Amino acid sequence: MPALTAVARTAEGFLERASDWDRDLAAELAAESGVGPLTDRHWLVLDYMRNTYLVKGDGPTIRTLGKESGVDIKELYQLFPKGPAKLAARIAGIPKPHGCI
Amino acid sequence: MTTFTQNAAAPGATAANEAITKVSIIVSKGSLEGIYPALILANGARMEGIEANVFFTFFGMDAINKARHEHIKVATVGNPGLHLATWLGGFPGMSAIVTAQMAKSMEKLDIPPIPEFIELIADSGAKLYACKATVDMFELKREDFIDSIEGIITVGDFYQMAGGGQIIFT
Repeated sequence: MPALTAVARTAEGFLERASDWDRDLAAELAAESGVGPLTDRHWLVLDYMRNTYLVKGDGPTIRTLGKESGVDIKELYQLFPKGPAKLAARIAGIPKPHGCI
Repeated sequence: MTTFTQNAAAPGATAANEAITKVSIIVSKGSLEGIYPALILANGARMEGIEANVFFTFFGMDAINKARHEHIKVATVGNPGLHLATWLGGFPGMSAIVTAQMAKSMEKLDIPPIPEFIELIADSGAKLYACKATVDMFELKREDFIDSIEGIITVGDFYQMAGGGQIIFT
């Protein structure tokens, strides 16, 4: 199990390699970002983000996240108050989302 | 270990490049191209964890007007950015055609139509307000607006709630 201090990260704290990620690392990333402890609701979002990235090569937009992750926009902001798309991407071990939406 | 906190100022940051923590955005235009930039700014602020207020005034209020927010069009006359001959821009139906084309490109980028975008922004915790002076001038009522606005406020109220943040006029 890689510890957070042992993995390469960008200046903003995103993992350099999505393959370094595991669920324990996510808990460490969450704690560091002031999110959590991670609940099933957080995991619904994190798994959705990670799967989208692995399939499409980029994380979902906030609109898609609200429609398809199983967690609506209001709850997304309760779970990740400091910005759901970006924070969830960081915790899910995927790169920072590229879009403006 | 380095820690990463949202909105933390870069090391050695001065007051001049401190992270923005609050924005108040004024929407004064009622065309599609007049409204979208403000909505993208407001949504983008919330996505970065920045507090956001959106103040709709004059024709910008169409964006939160129940009867009108589904019918907002691109201005095809007096809009040199479209690179369309003026006489052609004034042709009946031109505005609808250009608006439909733009809606298609936006859908591809997953940018929601205005009514849905406004709800998304309200759900994200941004506060939406209608301008009292315009409401009085157009003889509108609270019922003319979508439910998700916080209220109808005066310019004085606006300045008060914008305190401590940045103001963006669009």
